[in-house]
Amino acid sequence: MSTQKTPSTTGPAPDTSVHDVELIGSGQEGTIGDQARAYVQRLQHGDMGALPAVAGLVVLTILFSFLSPFFLTERNFANLLTQAATLVMLGMALVFVLLLGEIDLSAGVTSGMTMALFIVLVNVHAVPWILALVIAFAAGILTGTFIGFFVARVGIPSFVVTLGLFLGYQGLTLLIIGSGGLYRVQIPEIRDIQNSNMPVWAGWAMLGVILLISAGMSFWDRARRTRAGVPNRTISLVWIKLGVIAVIGGAAVAVLSRNRGQSVGVVEGVPIVVPIVLVILWIGTFVLDRTRFGRYLYAIGGNAEAARRSGVKVMLIRWTAFIVCSTLAVVSGLFSISKVGSVDAAAGREIVLSGVAAAVVGGVSLFGGRGRLLHAAIGALVIAVITNGLGLLNLGAGVNLMVTGGVLILAATVDAVSRVRSGGSLMRT
Amino acid sequence: MDAPLIELSGIMKSFGPVSVLKGVDLRAYPGKVTALVGDNGAGKSTLIKGLAGVQPYDGGVVKFDGKPVALHSPREAARLGIEVVYQDLALCDNLDIVQNMFLGREETEFGTFDEGRMEKDASDTLRSLSVRTVKSVRQKVSSLSGGQRQTVAIARAVLKNARLVILDEPTAALGVAQTEQVLHLVSRLAEQGVAVILISHNLADVFEVADHIDVLYLGQMVAHLDASETTRDDVVGYITGAKVQQEATA
Ligand SMILES: Nc1ncnc2c1ncn2[C@@H]1O[C@H](COP(=O)(O)OP(=O)(O)OP(=O)(O)O)[C@@H](O)[C@H]1O
Ligand SMILES: [Mg+2]
Repeated sequence: MSTQKTPSTTGPAPDTSVHDVELIGSGQEGTIGDQARAYVQRLQHGDMGALPAVAGLVVLTILFSFLSPFFLTERNFANLLTQAATLVMLGMALVFVLLLGEIDLSAGVTSGMTMALFIVLVNVHAVPWILALVIAFAAGILTGTFIGFFVARVGIPSFVVTLGLFLGYQGLTLLIIGSGGLYRVQIPEIRDIQNSNMPVWAGWAMLGVILLISAGMSFWDRARRTRAGVPNRTISLVWIKLGVIAVIGGAAVAVLSRNRGQSVGVVEGVPIVVPIVLVILWIGTFVLDRTRFGRYLYAIGGNAEAARRSGVKVMLIRWTAFIVCSTLAVVSGLFSISKVGSVDAAAGREIVLSGVAAAVVGGVSLFGGRGRLLHAAIGALVIAVITNGLGLLNLGAGVNLMVTGGVLILAATVDAVSRVRSGGSLMRT
Repeated sequence: MDAPLIELSGIMKSFGPVSVLKGVDLRAYPGKVTALVGDNGAGKSTLIKGLAGVQPYDGGVVKFDGKPVALHSPREAARLGIEVVYQDLALCDNLDIVQNMFLGREETEFGTFDEGRMEKDASDTLRSLSVRTVKSVRQKVSSLSGGQRQTVAIARAVLKNARLVILDEPTAALGVAQTEQVLHLVSRLAEQGVAVILISHNLADVFEVADHIDVLYLGQMVAHLDASETTRDDVVGYITGAKVQQEATA
């Protein structure tokens, strides 16, 4: 303790430039200005995170609000969130394998197949829906176990295994549903996910809980750092973060709390799917940031051999990542059938590339080792806004697919360029 | 002489039909630097990968503290206090310095990371090695220079009270000043009672810090030498196969 010195008291002439600080820093020191400069520096090193996606979201919102009078209505906002939920879930599912530098092309059809299984069990075989749901999740877990076995254990590229499954599961779905078959989703609890809203007070309560948890986590972290004797970031950053959540969340809840019913009935409140997505996002982020499993996903994505030599059970982590991905894909399927209201043999066939696109647009790297769940969620919102906006402008699916494809290539380019940049910075220093 | 901390005897390793280690003996002593030299492809890295548990041997006996041990995984090696700084460094570019130093042995509290404690231990370790060139322990490794990476890899090895530290060509990519720093570090480790195995092609470095010099030639240990009783020319002779030490061949 007594040996601790602060940079400002050592040396005859304290140098203000960060480069000459004698002691090793922790990146937490300094004023907001210093932190902001460090952030800009990280951006210049190609570590842009979700920034391009957030910028895209803002630009698209402004653009569409000028082009269509309906875009910024309460009704469309709620609609947008429920449209996006499926893709947000799928994008988040894919993050777990993308972090490893792997891919799961079968995530979409996994959601489709498990939902086909679910609905046929309920509608045809009169299985209680809860039991059918458990079976659907078991099928998802089994799917991930299957993929993980071939990728992590046998060593086949995930691209190949999941492409095979992409075809195989389309066939399986067809067998389960029967060609031309279509089953309605009549379970109220499932329909409610996307079609019902929480009471208005619950929306505000949810925001309150989010703020409390964020604040609690921040202060817990700070207390632990203080206990360990390492510096904390300036406290104003915590207030800024909470402020941003309060403002954005508050605006969203306020809009969703207004009556958006078209005729007699009152429609108001936050759609039920929103808190479900937020809970999964929070748990997933917690796991990725604060547990061994999460850290090892990043490590393997960065340098699998280094991880192995450090004692990480690489095969097991890889395998588990595929199981997590397939399991979350089932949740995404659930959101989808709740919104669509029916299941047919083509369920989940088209969405998977949008899921990858969502993650990559949001700043998750295709090369592995970089990205967060929130990035995938923001990327999914970007794609949902494009789909929604173009739909309002009566531009059909053709234009939508082309624009989404273009955005994906653009995002992948940003990904590749920032990778080169962060590699390039290695040689510069 | 003290009892060796680690004692290898009759170590064998083949890759398919190619026999890379043909019955190798090696000892390392606490507080001493044992240099392992030999030409490219002699089998030095293969020998130490077995000690690290990343590439188990096919045959032979490893004794640690006089007791036979099995080294089948990096975890088993780490549990004994064997730490390796690899020739190719093996760091994760996308993680920061603290995360790399603690990879595979994170400090947790209720199953979640205690980042403060890890950050503290990481900076303390770097400071104890007199590292001054690193700006922040939260820098991503991708933003570090070659010498800084080397420093991080060494700091990682000594973080957890290692008893045997193995360095595979730690100075190969370094400039004059940084080489000096790393060699100084090696001596510091030995002073603290750690057994050090240093692999190097640079005989000047070897003679600067080593107590013992072991020469590997085509998968066989051809000489165990005392650094104070041998010369550069002798060592070169053994490395190139021009000389053979009679009593050393088992
Ligand atoms: N995984 C492997 N598969 C096949 N052969 C291997 C493998 N690893 C090493 N070898 C071979 O084993 C021999 C010894 O390699 P090793 O890397 O141990 O040499 P070294 O003494 O460390 O050489 P250098 O000084 O160049 O680092 C070489 O001929 C190499 O080609
Ligand atoms: Mg080598």
